[in-house]
Amino acid sequence: MALISLSDFAKQKIKSVEDYTVLAARSLGNLFNRPLYIADMVQQADLVGFGSLPIVLAACFFTGAALALNSASSLERFGAITVIGQLVSVGIVRELGPVLAGLVVAGRNASGMASELGSMVVTEQIDAMRALGTDPMKKLVTPRVASTIVMLFFLTILGDFLGLIGGAFVVSLLLRLDTHQYWSSTWQTLEFSDVFTGLTKPVVFGFIIATIGCYYGLTTKGGTQGVGLATTRAVVASMILIIGVDVFITRLLMITLGS
Amino acid sequence: MSTPTLPIDKQSPAECHPSGEAIVFENVELAFEDNAVLDGISFRLACGETKALFGVAGSGKSTVLKLALGLIKPDSGRITVLGEDVTQMTENQLFVLRRKVGIVFQESALFDSLTVRENVAYRLLEEGNVPEQEIEERVREALRFVELERTVDMYPGELSGGMRRRVSIARTIITQPEVLLYDSPTGGLDPVTSNTIIELIVKQRDVYKTSSLLVTHRLQDAFTMGTHYFDRAENKMKPLPPGSRAEVSMGFLILRDGHIIFDGDLKELRETQDPYIREYIS
Repeated sequence: MALISLSDFAKQKIKSVEDYTVLAARSLGNLFNRPLYIADMVQQADLVGFGSLPIVLAACFFTGAALALNSASSLERFGAITVIGQLVSVGIVRELGPVLAGLVVAGRNASGMASELGSMVVTEQIDAMRALGTDPMKKLVTPRVASTIVMLFFLTILGDFLGLIGGAFVVSLLLRLDTHQYWSSTWQTLEFSDVFTGLTKPVVFGFIIATIGCYYGLTTKGGTQGVGLATTRAVVASMILIIGVDVFITRLLMITLGS
Repeated sequence: MSTPTLPIDKQSPAECHPSGEAIVFENVELAFEDNAVLDGISFRLACGETKALFGVAGSGKSTVLKLALGLIKPDSGRITVLGEDVTQMTENQLFVLRRKVGIVFQESALFDSLTVRENVAYRLLEEGNVPEQEIEERVREALRFVELERTVDMYPGELSGGMRRRVSIARTIITQPEVLLYDSPTGGLDPVTSNTIIELIVKQRDVYKTSSLLVTHRLQDAFTMGTHYFDRAENKMKPLPPGSRAEVSMGFLILRDGHIIFDGDLKELRETQDPYIREYIS
């Protein structure tokens, strides 16, 4: 592998950030320009939403159950086992639901987007699309971004609900506590700021997943090896960004909403 | 003494730009990192003319086609396609121009998630205002031209390499572009299939008189094109009769080390004294 100077390396990275920013901005800007590829959006929504549904639901259900189990042992020491519903609901709705759904969709769909678009690049299908008068940004990127944002939003809502059911499952069957009390404390604890925070995150995460997947796909170089590399990079980058950005959103919304 | 008239003489010339030039390259330079690929190349492709561009692998032949389409921008120089300077155009402006220019890619570049019908109809479907019945008729007509009508419901993955190239040609010609670019259309194919592809290109040249730029490293293909014409009556490619006054509008370009070292017709190519070219064509 050829060594490159530090300044060339820095230039490459800055260029990458610039290219990504342009792609991300155009992916949203194209929503206001014709043509809008509605059929492609529906197809992507099916792929991202329904395709990821079982795994998101399973992940959230078991995480809710595990959270309830882990919390129970700590709360019992302080004689506060009755607040288990509050802990599970805030934990799932504010944090775990959106992050888990985001990570699952990132693993499943950022890789899919990068490999699909990467294969199209190396087989000149992207060039062919441009040669045939179609803007790949409009045809390929915008539908993926719009669909991922919308579907991750709804996946998170369903994931949150399954997470709470997972908690209820542990509370009633393993801890033998009052399920009615669990649900009422779960419901009463949740405030607007919790729900708003929990539903803002999937919008940002969806945008990150789709733009990162498309960016790495469209900048694929080389043959099949390049496609594999782009796929791996897309998953790693989108997961790290989700976890990193999560901290900033949480803090920002805490300041904004005063919670 | 009168000379026989070939059927191709009776065709009307293709519509093209009033300047009479389909593509003009003027001092075009392009380098990838520190590697100069094109070092000030200039050539002209007249309306209705077909030019074959030769060169060894990696000499920048495919790059010339991508530059002509505006898929990549040169470092310097001017490229005019149908009278429009593609080096100064935005991507959105280029999308409009590209509707008048067709390209057949080296590896066909068919959309593998679409059927042959959807691939061939792609441009018409994108326009959005063509009735479904008309699309079907034009798809069938284009596929009939390449003799692959039976593949209409198949996916590209189910076709052989030669069939994919022919479908790619059908996709390109369905809107009857004013300029056609072929990127090694016979590369990696067996002689029989190559001949079928060349016959289709000759048919497009002689029947529709479309201006074409053909990139190839197979000399025999270009020579076949220079010595044959398409007989519409018999629906097949035939050798030009000796002494025929008919002239197929066929030129040759040779690219070497980033320069055009030959730009002429078949006769000039055969008579050239340049040792490199003589070795290349021998």
